[in-house]
Amino acid sequence: MSRAEPSAPQGRGELRDRPQTARARRTTFRATLLRNELLTTFRRWRTVALLAVLAAVPVLVGIAVKIETGDGSSADGGGGGPAFISQITNNGLFLVFTALAATLPFFLPMAVGVVAGDAIAGEANSGTLRYLLVAPAGRSRLLITKYATVVIFCLAATLVVAVSALTVGALLFPLGDLTTISGTQISFAEGLGRALLIALAVAASLIGVAALGLFVSTLTGSGIAAMATTVGLLITVQILDQIPQLHVLQPYFFSHYWLSFADLMREPVYWDDLAKNLGLQALYAAVFGSAAWARFTAKDITA
Amino acid sequence: MGEVSAGEPERREARDEAGERELGEARDEAGEPVIATRALTKRYRGGQLAVDGLDLTVPAGSVFGFLGPNGSGKTTTIRMLMGLIEPTSGTARVLGQPMPRATRAVLPHVGALIEGPALYGFLSGRDNLIRYDSADPSADPRTRRARVAAALDRVGLTAAAGKKAKAYSLGMKQRLGLAAALLQPRRLLVLDEPTNGLDPQGMREIRSLVRELASDGTTVFLSSHLLDEIEQVCTHAAVMAQGRLITQGPVGELSAGARGRLVVTTPDPAEAARVLKEQGVGDVVVADDRVTGEPPDRDLAEVNAALVTAGVRVRGFTVQRASLEDAFVALTGEGFDVAG
Ligand SMILES: Nc1ncnc2c1ncn2[C@@H]1O[C@H](COP(=O)(O)OP(=O)(O)OP(=O)(O)O)[C@@H](O)[C@H]1O
Ligand SMILES: [Mg+2]
Repeated sequence: MSRAEPSAPQGRGELRDRPQTARARRTTFRATLLRNELLTTFRRWRTVALLAVLAAVPVLVGIAVKIETGDGSSADGGGGGPAFISQITNNGLFLVFTALAATLPFFLPMAVGVVAGDAIAGEANSGTLRYLLVAPAGRSRLLITKYATVVIFCLAATLVVAVSALTVGALLFPLGDLTTISGTQISFAEGLGRALLIALAVAASLIGVAALGLFVSTLTGSGIAAMATTVGLLITVQILDQIPQLHVLQPYFFSHYWLSFADLMREPVYWDDLAKNLGLQALYAAVFGSAAWARFTAKDITA
Repeated sequence: MGEVSAGEPERREARDEAGERELGEARDEAGEPVIATRALTKRYRGGQLAVDGLDLTVPAGSVFGFLGPNGSGKTTTIRMLMGLIEPTSGTARVLGQPMPRATRAVLPHVGALIEGPALYGFLSGRDNLIRYDSADPSADPRTRRARVAAALDRVGLTAAAGKKAKAYSLGMKQRLGLAAALLQPRRLLVLDEPTNGLDPQGMREIRSLVRELASDGTTVFLSSHLLDEIEQVCTHAAVMAQGRLITQGPVGELSAGARGRLVVTTPDPAEAARVLKEQGVGDVVVADDRVTGEPPDRDLAEVNAALVTAGVRVRGFTVQRASLEDAFVALTGEGFDVAG
């Protein structure tokens, strides 16, 4: 940002007749693209629909559990089902954990894949990309803005699931102190804190898919193709992660440590897999972020 | 106008201080062309040679018509000038700076309409403009609403500003695209077929808009197939065919290159044709009561006198000035087929 600064005093013409506040203003100007990008993304009907589907999952799970246990029998008889599901009848807060565990393998990353895959390819498809670039948005700036928006979407989507689950849980079931996986008791307030931490861990788990989707998005001029490819990759990796013969590769699959968020419900918290997950997501962000940058900054935009 | 200072390092937009100083100098030096290309060449990845050794010079302050049949490389040239695609070889300078290296310094001063408008259908016309304006780091957010309103007003879209862009007609979209190019005072306006889809009234408005902008000192680079449009507004023109530049220069000189035709209206066309041939008129064509031909070098008064002497009853005797269309057809050939 400072490279052009030293020359400011000798500038001429209207290009820089406001030197004093230039730095401050430049920062605000920079951020306006991100603000506009967020507004544009979250105002889209498609984004709203994705979030609505995500919000509906806890509602369905909550109602199903309520009906199942309505006759007085306990839910834990059947076994199976998503993590923590048997605890929901005792404590509505567990619906948050169950809903996140149920949406993390597919619904959440799919929603992220759709938004990330469409990020650049969708703009290319509609031709708006060329106008953003001649504005000039700057290729790196646009790409960083797009990635930041997708990451914020990851957080928003996770929070939508968590808040919807908390609301449904509070409406349908009792709330109170809860028992951790390790068997110890924690207060409801601490339980809420753990729920927030878990939501953050889940959101962070999606960073890798976000970077992958963005990279795919720079490869094609069709938003639909980019979305389909990203979601296809997501499913493939999940399947490969189940094949025992591939155990050497599996630690590098972005979804491998996803369920580590449950470790936040242990007492004391077991950090190993959580840290591995964060490291892996950071690796994906670095690798595919760089690949996306290399591709996008050198690409001919003819659409 | 906003500042041009750059931020994070960019491969395409990498720019040095020397470059920035150059922009200042280009502004001071009136003689420097606004667009100058040297041997600019683009071969697409499919192998298609779209632009071949283009040497284009667009003088500052001109309204420059960029002509050529379909597929002749006009849009490809514009894409290279705007830094959207990398030239295969050759150089392009816009506002005195090399493209695509200096996109960040140059493009805030350039408004562009490339291959028709592209809009976010789910946003209103106004929000579309706000989005494009937010994309420009040199645009002041505090004046954004006012500038957007002014641009909408300028293209006559104020009443439809709140409507979703997907509900716009083709002409309304075109107008909105034009408004995006006018969000800031520009030094160069690049318009790729700006009157596409416009009604006659809209075309006239665009022409008067172009004239108005030009009188404010904006250089306008206008690609079009509509020759009378070019002839009406442009001071300069260039003609492309199959990726090559055939000619460029002031519009007057271009159409002067193609000679006019002598037109004689008479009830005795056969006799008139005989006399005209005798008088040295070439390529004599008879159509009903009109006899036309290439005027000879001698005084036309004598030709007319000869007709009268031979008893030809002359109703009209004129030389039709060559239009740009004649010049264009003479240069690019009559064939309608697009070169492959
Ligand atoms: N993205 C692309 N990939 C490959 N070839 C292309 C691409 N875009 C254009 N071409 C080819 O390059 C040549 C020039 O195309 P261009 O779009 O520049 O023509 P134009 O003069 O703008 O035509 P028109 O008047 O129809 O708009 C054509 O032969 C076209 O087929
Ligand atoms: Mg074209």
